[in-house]
Amino acid sequence: MASAIIEVTDLEHSFGDVKAVDKVSFTVEEGEIFSFLGPNGAGKSTTINVLTTQLPCQKGIVRVCGFDVRTNRQAVKKSIGVVFQDEVLDRDMTVRETLEFHGRIYSMPRSERLARETELIELVELEQKLNVRTKHLSGGMKRRLEIARGLMTRPRVLFLDEPTIGLDPQTRLKIWDYIKGINEEGTTIFLTTHYMDEADTLSDRIEIIDYGKIIATGTSDSLKNTLGEDMIYLQTGDDDRALGLAESMSDVTGVKKTSKGLELILSADGGRVMPKILSSIGKESIEILSVRMKKPSLDDVFVHYTGRELRAESAENAFHRRRRH
Amino acid sequence: MGREFLTVYWREMIRFVRFKGQLFAALVQPALWLLLFGIAMTSNFDSNPFAMPTIPGVVSVDYLTFMAAGVMAMTALFTCLFGGMGLLFDKNWGIMKEMLASPMPSYHIQIGVGLGGVTKSFIQVGLIMVFGLVLGVKFFLGFSALETVFAVLGIFAFIMIFSAGFIFLSAGLAMRVESMESVQAMMTLLTLPLMFSSNALYSTSSFPVWLQTISSVNPLTYLVNGIRYFALGNDFTAMGTHYEYTGGEIALSFAVLLVFAGLTFVFAWRAFRTAKVT
Repeated sequence: MASAIIEVTDLEHSFGDVKAVDKVSFTVEEGEIFSFLGPNGAGKSTTINVLTTQLPCQKGIVRVCGFDVRTNRQAVKKSIGVVFQDEVLDRDMTVRETLEFHGRIYSMPRSERLARETELIELVELEQKLNVRTKHLSGGMKRRLEIARGLMTRPRVLFLDEPTIGLDPQTRLKIWDYIKGINEEGTTIFLTTHYMDEADTLSDRIEIIDYGKIIATGTSDSLKNTLGEDMIYLQTGDDDRALGLAESMSDVTGVKKTSKGLELILSADGGRVMPKILSSIGKESIEILSVRMKKPSLDDVFVHYTGRELRAESAENAFHRRRRH
Repeated sequence: MGREFLTVYWREMIRFVRFKGQLFAALVQPALWLLLFGIAMTSNFDSNPFAMPTIPGVVSVDYLTFMAAGVMAMTALFTCLFGGMGLLFDKNWGIMKEMLASPMPSYHIQIGVGLGGVTKSFIQVGLIMVFGLVLGVKFFLGFSALETVFAVLGIFAFIMIFSAGFIFLSAGLAMRVESMESVQAMMTLLTLPLMFSSNALYSTSSFPVWLQTISSVNPLTYLVNGIRYFALGNDFTAMGTHYEYTGGEIALSFAVLLVFAGLTFVFAWRAFRTAKVT
């Protein structure tokens, strides 16, 4: 990994008196896939909109490809590609015209435009649809076309705002393949998502954002490792006593009581530690109702840092945020 | 200045020819005006010689010829007044975001859409003029070939400035307003008074003063003056009114349209400069 291609320092953004982004700082290295993970309304889109100059930078410093978004907006626009969250296509233009239009408004010379169109149409496998109007494309094809369009000008960074929202699982896998392929060719990818699996599969590094603040950062593995080797979810007849026992054991680095029982974080292989835990609880004649062990996932990381589950909460969360407006 | 506005223009024209139904309606509607309203009214007026006194030695123009100029002007008005609507679609369901995220300065959108509106006006007005001539409209009577060419150029110069004015107005509104319905309502509200307070279909000389005042700030009136001057000459009677245009009056009409276009240009310019779609 080379130098930082995006540098954000203390970015703040408010809509009225609602602070959507609150003192966010991070850097993205050239060549990596960087994910912004968080529930709906966490501030992801606001951040990406400031980074791509669609919203003004109210407070803080944002540099993209070495240019300040405040003082050098044009240069930023020229060096990035953007795939918007919602569909941004002219339904009555053909696939070829869509790319041609984009190349032209970015002032690409004709020969370069044509070469790039051919190349990208092949990349996203839309050769058969070249002269089809975009309204006749499937959701996945539209997404692929939008990604191709974002790449027309060979941007150094491609911004993808929720790239697979509303797509079926098979199509998502395909889009992921394209994104990985594009990254391997050398384009830095900045993506926002509220899908754990998406962030997990694609990213070199992840920032978890909630209520406008970054709450955790790292690689997928390092984030999970903060939760130890394994996690055990335990339900007993007497959670309070069991909690006390578990806390005193070596290899257990964290114990938390939740509404569903106990959550144990282990610093060693769970297969080896679990029998010990169970037998010591059993010795105290505490009834064990259920046991479940798993490798920590990004879901667990999110729950750990926010105390909420991402997916279950996100809809309700969005609702509350809307009401606050 | 870059040439990216030509790309916006290119797209406008793609859309113009692609929506066959809309294209058909846009061309047929004014033709119907001429054919039905024109011929119906003509047969009424011209069969009653007492109502329409003529002046000896002055060309008397039949109603169809008189109103053909008005229909040409109205065609340009409708085309451009609704010409900015596409931007509202682009904002809500289309590629406005893409355009605003690109390094292309946003006034290029305005210029591209403006050129599109003017071109559409030219095509429609040109077709209506030809259709009118076929129906028996007596334009360019007694003009030499060179004079005819000059007259057509004059008409199109007027159409160009007028169309630019209204396309900018409509584009500016579309960029400022959120919902389709409100713009539609606004346009419909504008069309009727613009049409009926102008001299497109009848003379304004016997209007009450307040209506004459409205007519005198109505750009459509000035466009119709220009078209009649170039198509019918500077001295004729129609529907009992004697029309005499001086070169100065026509220059003034053109200047009024220029001012109007200038104002709406600034109105749209501001709307585009602050446009944000997120």
